Amino acid sequence: MEFPAQARARIEKILARYPTKQAALLPVLWVAQETWGWIPKEAAEEVANILDLSPAHVDGVLTFYTMYNLRPVGKSLLQFCTSISCHLAGAERLMERCAKRLGVELEQTTPDGKFTVVEVECIAGCDRAPSMMVNDTYYEPMDESKLDALLDRLAGQA
Amino acid sequence: MAEKVLLARVGRKDSRSIETYLEDGGYKALRTVLTSGWTPEKLTDEVKKSGLRGRGGAGFPTGVKWTFVPKDTKGKPVYLLCNADESEPGTFKDRLLMEEDPHQVLEGIILSSYAIKCRNAYIYIRGEFYLGARVLDRALEEAYAKGFLGQNILNSGYSLDVTVHRGAGAYICGEETGLIESLEGKRGQPRIKPPFPAVWGVFGAPTIVNNVETLACVVHIVNRGAEWFSKIGRNEKNTGPKLYCLSGHVVRPGVYEAAMGLPMKELLFGADYGQGMKEGKAVKAVIPGGASAAMLTADEIEDCPLDFDGLAAKKSMLGSAAIIVMNEDTCIVRAAQNLAKFFSHESCGQCTPCREGTPWLHQVLSRIESGQGRLEDIDLLEKISNQMANGMTICVFADAAIAPVLSSIGKFRDEFRFHVEHKRCLVGSGTRPRELVTA
Repeated sequence: MEFPAQARARIEKILARYPTKQAALLPVLWVAQETWGWIPKEAAEEVANILDLSPAHVDGVLTFYTMYNLRPVGKSLLQFCTSISCHLAGAERLMERCAKRLGVELEQTTPDGKFTVVEVECIAGCDRAPSMMVNDTYYEPMDESKLDALLDRLAGQA
Repeated sequence: MAEKVLLARVGRKDSRSIETYLEDGGYKALRTVLTSGWTPEKLTDEVKKSGLRGRGGAGFPTGVKWTFVPKDTKGKPVYLLCNADESEPGTFKDRLLMEEDPHQVLEGIILSSYAIKCRNAYIYIRGEFYLGARVLDRALEEAYAKGFLGQNILNSGYSLDVTVHRGAGAYICGEETGLIESLEGKRGQPRIKPPFPAVWGVFGAPTIVNNVETLACVVHIVNRGAEWFSKIGRNEKNTGPKLYCLSGHVVRPGVYEAAMGLPMKELLFGADYGQGMKEGKAVKAVIPGGASAAMLTADEIEDCPLDFDGLAAKKSMLGSAAIIVMNEDTCIVRAAQNLAKFFSHESCGQCTPCREGTPWLHQVLSRIESGQGRLEDIDLLEKISNQMANGMTICVFADAAIAPVLSSIGKFRDEFRFHVEHKRCLVGSGTRPRELVTA
């Protein structure tokens, strides 16, 4: 599995910012995830290859952090914070309502590949609880009607 | 202190751009330091005199920390790492500073780098802050273009590069040695100290790790003087303007700036701050410094200054100044279970007492919460907690994990007992996802 030329150029720029190749691991894994949407085993091996690291080291790092997708996720990754402030604002109810509406369990992707619902720890949106993110964007504060409208909008997107 | 210092530019049009920052007097502190003969030692002394203590959680005096970098680094570079991993539940001040006024943070980073003779600084920002990272990257481009970064800044002979480095989802990377490991491209597992980072940090070189808000404070210490900074606050050990993160059952949650030592009651009820409890409910408990801080009861928040020593006196801590307010309808057992779940999920797994203890705390609390608990479970929670912390582990994560458990049991033991004996909550809780199982 090879990075496209543009991603390769980004990786070269990243490498120039660090005194060791290993230090570029997290940023390069981000490039991999942006390239393929998740990080297949072959991509992790390619990252290990580029950075002169063992695949085992890369695997250890990949599985330590929660934001690298180890399998494909839906086009919209619905991340519900249920840490204390969001919990106090009823976040679990909202998350369960969402999963029920989409007919999936947590961590599962809808059959059409549009949505994956996940529970995440505090995302620093506590003053606008309950807070959630769709991919890289915050939606806060959320409530049932806003969530329904958001899901309608996202479902309508091609 | 009615005047806003750190948040002065938040809400201003185009607050992120370097043009508006310059219009508002931005990079004046940098110009002063680099072009009017300030030595790194003078800047460090000024920060020491200001009384500035780290805003990330530990409250260690910033200027003193800087002096721990060895005078002779034996040819090794010195690194400054801006800790922008803001992950403590209840904390959202650094997100605001970075998203809304990135140049203030950058100027603080450049000044602080100069003070410790660092030529290469990194901003370690949590992975979820996509927007913050984009805003900072844009601000870096602008700062390079204007000559505030790069080679020979303002013709002073001083050069500095700054890089935004994104994390990828791990609370423990906010711990400074966990952050260092993560920056090196490893799992973010904290290191045994000593050696301390100032001597042996990232890439085996002397390293200073400072929080976003701490670094932003440095700008104002230069502009207005250590004397000015040290006069803000309750006493000389708790100085400066402070950002408070207010969340939970209050009318108006948000980030509020006030002098260090703002009375807790004023933050919760003041017209300029939280404006009281939602629906006029009573306060049941307050977590004053993020999930790692011991809970306080409604009685304890009377006469409670929000500063390092004020909360230490209550056997809790200011931590990251995340004040989480719970009303009378909150089930404390459920809240403790929620907090225990967080720590169970986030333990890095390196030390046995923490790796094993945190899931046990969560499981036993879940058992009580779901109506399956036994009275001896309450003692069991205390027993597990006491075997996890106080030097049993490499970092203080385990100490943080047991704080909500021990404080909630210590202060609301009757509620835990009620849960066990009646298999339901003592109070009606609007926060629980499903009705409690009645066996």
